[in-house]
Amino acid sequence: MVDYFWSTIWPWIIWTPILKTIQSLAFIVPLLILIAYIIYADRKIWAAVQLRRGPNVVGPWGLLQSFADMAKFLFKEPIIPSGSNKVLFLLAPLIAAFVTIAVWAVIPIGSGWPAAEGTSWVVANINVGILYVLAISSLEVYAIIIGGWASNSKYPFLSALRSAGQMISYEVSIGFVIVTVLLLVGSLNMTDIVLAQQTGLANWLGVPSLTILNWFWLPLFPMFIVFFISALAETNRPPFDLPEAESELVAGFMVEYSSSLYMLFMLGEYLAVTFMCAMITILFLGGWLPPADIAIFNWIPGIFWFMAKLWMVFFMFAMVKAFVPRYRYDQLMRLGWKVFLPLSLFMVVAVASVLHFFDLAP
Amino acid sequence: MARVAQGIKSLFLLEFIAAFWLSMRYFFKPKAPVNYPFEKGPLSPRFRGEHVLRRYPNGEERCIACKLCEAVCPAQAIVIEAGPRRNDGTRRTTRYDIDMTKCIYCGLCQEACPVEAIVEGPNFEYATETHEELLYDKQRLLDNGDRWEREIAKNIELDAPYR
Repeated sequence: MVDYFWSTIWPWIIWTPILKTIQSLAFIVPLLILIAYIIYADRKIWAAVQLRRGPNVVGPWGLLQSFADMAKFLFKEPIIPSGSNKVLFLLAPLIAAFVTIAVWAVIPIGSGWPAAEGTSWVVANINVGILYVLAISSLEVYAIIIGGWASNSKYPFLSALRSAGQMISYEVSIGFVIVTVLLLVGSLNMTDIVLAQQTGLANWLGVPSLTILNWFWLPLFPMFIVFFISALAETNRPPFDLPEAESELVAGFMVEYSSSLYMLFMLGEYLAVTFMCAMITILFLGGWLPPADIAIFNWIPGIFWFMAKLWMVFFMFAMVKAFVPRYRYDQLMRLGWKVFLPLSLFMVVAVASVLHFFDLAP
Repeated sequence: MARVAQGIKSLFLLEFIAAFWLSMRYFFKPKAPVNYPFEKGPLSPRFRGEHVLRRYPNGEERCIACKLCEAVCPAQAIVIEAGPRRNDGTRRTTRYDIDMTKCIYCGLCQEACPVEAIVEGPNFEYATETHEELLYDKQRLLDNGDRWEREIAKNIELDAPYR
């Protein structure tokens, strides 16, 4: 009994938490720095399309702008409305930031070293990774509802309801799109989803070195587009940013928030956006796999390819923000329920039928 | 037929792709705004900015306390008190205040002045943190005149042919 304690339980109590903490910190700190530059890139790209310069004063080319903004947010006075429910009012931004950071735990960002089968750089390589993602990212809507309700003001409340309706509508089609990918993979593990894209269409077409054709964006092309647009709507990005439309409303459910609480909401929002870019990269663009089977490409570490694809997807997110006009609320709901839901539902059946009748299912 | 064409257009995201290329063209265009604190746009010689009180080259104040500027000022931003007549028969001011927060920068004081003493210079970067700092007194205006004399003399010379 004593031996069992020292050999098994003791390391589990002490060492596992310490190791996991170090591992998580080593992941979260670069992630937050990445977010700082995602925000910077968002502003720069938006500015460039509108022939503006964007932030260019703090640091060379304005590279330190996000950090200056963070310092400013932290030193501002947080204003809590007297009629608000203080506990929930303070809790909502914490939920927003916590949930969107937690969901990154299952994102594999590079191949394992040594490059053995089924290993990757990931904080928690769990077998139900996709389920974890769906479960945790559904909690994001609570932050919005709680924040809107606890403000005890009608504009945040109405906006929170609209925002919640929007996020729930598009989660449905996102779920079905993920199901079509899972049908091709046969596993819920995020690492397996990436590794399943090592072989595929390119081998059938007789060009095995063009591994870019192996990735799921080509066989599931309509779903790739549906997922991209749903990701925009799910994260309240333009052209679906009705709840916090900058040129029309003030800040939606964040009207009553200021200083570091507001910063946590914005952090959560951009973490969710970056997470959606990572999901598109993993589900449709082959994660950390190189785009062609050439020696030079194979020498480059997988993390580079992952980041390159993530930035490419985010570039499209930012460009869409710059050139697509905002949808009306009824158009948004029509697109979600009457176009994407039937389309993705049909594709689930179609993909499943093809896999079944041609005996291709993994 | 038109509906079918529209359907095909929206199915293949044709308008989306066209908009993407259009905005990519804009993305690489030279940027429109002047990079302000580091670059500045051109100013006309007639630009009406911060006021100065000028001196003659020998250091004598130009202002002779005629109070024409005070009289013409539509915002009543100028207050002048004249000193006693001196031995050479001229007067000088003992007080010359401009409330820069009342001033509407119409330039009438400059037009009224018979000796080109009060001039609106080319400087427009004199924002302050408090209201009191913008209540200019005579010393402040004379100091401004010493600081901007070269630019102002040049501007008056450039504008002279059109007067």
